Amino acid sequence: MTELENRLTRGPAIGRPPVLPDADVSYALHDTPVGTLLLATAGGRVVASSFGDEDTMTNRLARTISPRVLRQPKAVDEVRRQLDDYLTGRRRRFELDVDLALATSFQREVLTGLASSVPFGRTTTYGALAGEIHRPKAARAIGHALGANPLCIVLPCHRVVGANGSLTGYAGGIDAKRYLLDLERAG
Amino acid sequence: MQLPPFQALVDAHWREVSRLAHALAGPTDGDDVAQRAWEKAFTAYPKLTSAKNLRGWLLTITARCATDVHRARKPQTPLTDDAGLAVAGPDPADWPDPELWDAVSRLPERQRTAIALKYVGDLDHREVAEVLGTTPAASRRLVSDALAVLRKEIDHD
Repeated sequence: MTELENRLTRGPAIGRPPVLPDADVSYALHDTPVGTLLLATAGGRVVASSFGDEDTMTNRLARTISPRVLRQPKAVDEVRRQLDDYLTGRRRRFELDVDLALATSFQREVLTGLASSVPFGRTTTYGALAGEIHRPKAARAIGHALGANPLCIVLPCHRVVGANGSLTGYAGGIDAKRYLLDLERAG
Repeated sequence: MQLPPFQALVDAHWREVSRLAHALAGPTDGDDVAQRAWEKAFTAYPKLTSAKNLRGWLLTITARCATDVHRARKPQTPLTDDAGLAVAGPDPADWPDPELWDAVSRLPERQRTAIALKYVGDLDHREVAEVLGTTPAASRRLVSDALAVLRKEIDHD
């Protein structure tokens, strides 16, 4: 390459980044005492409150809802506010429209109604939950369904514990689960 | 086929799109061209049938937007919407290599497009030809003619 071609390759200065219209799926990363959550909304409904990493989650959202996924923190302001209120003990239940677009139909069955059947400060077990949806042998499947909860904290899968009261697993880690249950016990 | 989240395209390519837009449209219109290109891409994105070569797709849109802006150029028309984008453009004096880019801006449009896509956009002659609606051989000629003009202009100073 000649000197002139090198100069051309370097290019002129870079200007401003683009400003894009409202996305089909808007998201932001939010740091909380229990870890970083990826919060996402689509059509005004919350579709994700997840401990999953940005790359994995945005690709899932793109595949499932629309590829027009953008980091637009303003769109998730309300979720963020309610989560902060909850995590600082100023809120016991969420008032958000949610959409379980990222969940399978079985996961939906398990997750829908969780907040009302197991309210703030209470816990239940995988087995009890299996009985409630009339699938007494489904405790393990329910564990998996809860583990795949795309709406962590908002849909309180952390309130489901093992038969002996053990914390078993949590997408955000056992420490996060303990933190949430302690918070609710104190509140 | 799965399209990546649009944010991944923005993060990976906004700098290249901006650089190409500025090479094609200069410091005054560069940001406007890049902004238009991103809006067009955003609108068209869900209907894309291939996730291959998204970078080339974006740079092609950018080149077309630069041509549109160039043709529709009416200085008194506000170039962007009211989203608070078009504040003051960067001062051309702050540009790296202003002499070269000034010379590029005076090239005939097709030469300028060819040379910007080839060097700033790093596209091959087949891709450049596609944007210009011509053959790779013609693209090669446009580029070598442009280089000859630039060499002369710059050596003079």
